[in-house]
Amino acid sequence: MAETPTVHTIDLDVPDWPGHRAGQHLDIRLTADDGYTAERSYSIASAPGEPVALTVERLDDGEVSPYLTEELRAGDELEVRGPIGGYFVWDAARGDGPLLLIAGGSGVVPLRSILRHRHRTGATTAARLLYSARSQAELIYRAELDSYRDVPVTYTLTRDKPPGWTGRTGRIDQALLAEAAWPASQGPLAFVCGPTPFVEAMAEGLVGLGYPPARVKTERFGATGG
Amino acid sequence: MSPVSRGFRGRRREAEQGRVPPGQYVTKDFPVLSAGPTPHTPLDKWSFSVTGENGGGTSWNWQQLRALPAETVTADIHCVTRWSKLDTAWQGVSVDTLLDQAGLEGSYVLAFCDGGYTTNLPLADVTGGRAWVAFGYDGAPLDPEHGGPARLLVPHLYFWKSAKWVRGLRLMDADEPGFWETYGYHMYGDPWKEQRYAGD
Repeated sequence: MAETPTVHTIDLDVPDWPGHRAGQHLDIRLTADDGYTAERSYSIASAPGEPVALTVERLDDGEVSPYLTEELRAGDELEVRGPIGGYFVWDAARGDGPLLLIAGGSGVVPLRSILRHRHRTGATTAARLLYSARSQAELIYRAELDSYRDVPVTYTLTRDKPPGWTGRTGRIDQALLAEAAWPASQGPLAFVCGPTPFVEAMAEGLVGLGYPPARVKTERFGATGG
Repeated sequence: MSPVSRGFRGRRREAEQGRVPPGQYVTKDFPVLSAGPTPHTPLDKWSFSVTGENGGGTSWNWQQLRALPAETVTADIHCVTRWSKLDTAWQGVSVDTLLDQAGLEGSYVLAFCDGGYTTNLPLADVTGGRAWVAFGYDGAPLDPEHGGPARLLVPHLYFWKSAKWVRGLRLMDADEPGFWETYGYHMYGDPWKEQRYAGD
């Protein structure tokens, strides 16, 4: 399913999937007919208990993402390994302070898994999302994110100001971060995912707001991803 | 046997064959992966320690470490997230030099870092000219986001073993998982054997 022209959500039917936690990723391996393989990691977009779904952004210089977003058809077989990762995860049962989710671009994918997990379990942990994208057209999951009535979402567009836009524009600066983030005194737990410079800036900004580094979990992807 | 992915050709890189471990692709960038914020420890508060299981050990402040003989190392590095970077150039102090001065014994080391990160390695993998405490990259001071002021450099293992922001080594008699190792990553991490995750 196309989320945007370059971002697609792919539903996988994985036999014997052991289940995953919100925020984990998996590896996908593609094999050419002569045995050549390429493998990349992708964040899981669905909540624990749901079938595995990935949301993949097509990278122009990518090797695997163009295949997944353009070539792959329903019924094709993929080689999958996972789930992987146990640090950038959130468990509704653990709660652990109000949630602050900060996404840059397709970094929203594992955070969407966290929000779906929170919603499906009826967790009462308070949550906020701060989501930066280049343009309105590049925002993914917009309708779903807006449907979580108890989760304030702050959108900001860095290269676009469409007519009627009521969200923010420009990069997230320290003032916006301070406004959107829970005060450190409330013991929040932050998850930040996006491109490296974005994550560096956000994590540093949160530490500047008094967040202990151990309460800021980061996941970064480089432009050379997949 | 892997199923063939219909219509997948991939990008071939014949020239790199034999140089790049299985499942890796070459990048010219230097991607960054860390679990949390980048620490910024001022150099006048920085030290590096080698400690023993039962106490003891040696510590160097920044000036003392920089006064030790430094080496220039050119190596290929391989990240478990599948990028490899060829011919990276580093400056650092050999771990042999530090261990010789500390005079402690053990079979494994646990590298510990600012930010609480740890990683475990067999002693044999950080001795014999195979590991460094690196403070320079490409002739310049090592960037904080890449682990500066100093990181461990153990290029023959997956790069998470080359702990960023390293502050010391603890010698141990028995192997003990570090940070990523407790989250399912391999205890040893040989890229040529694709030891990415526990059980590989």
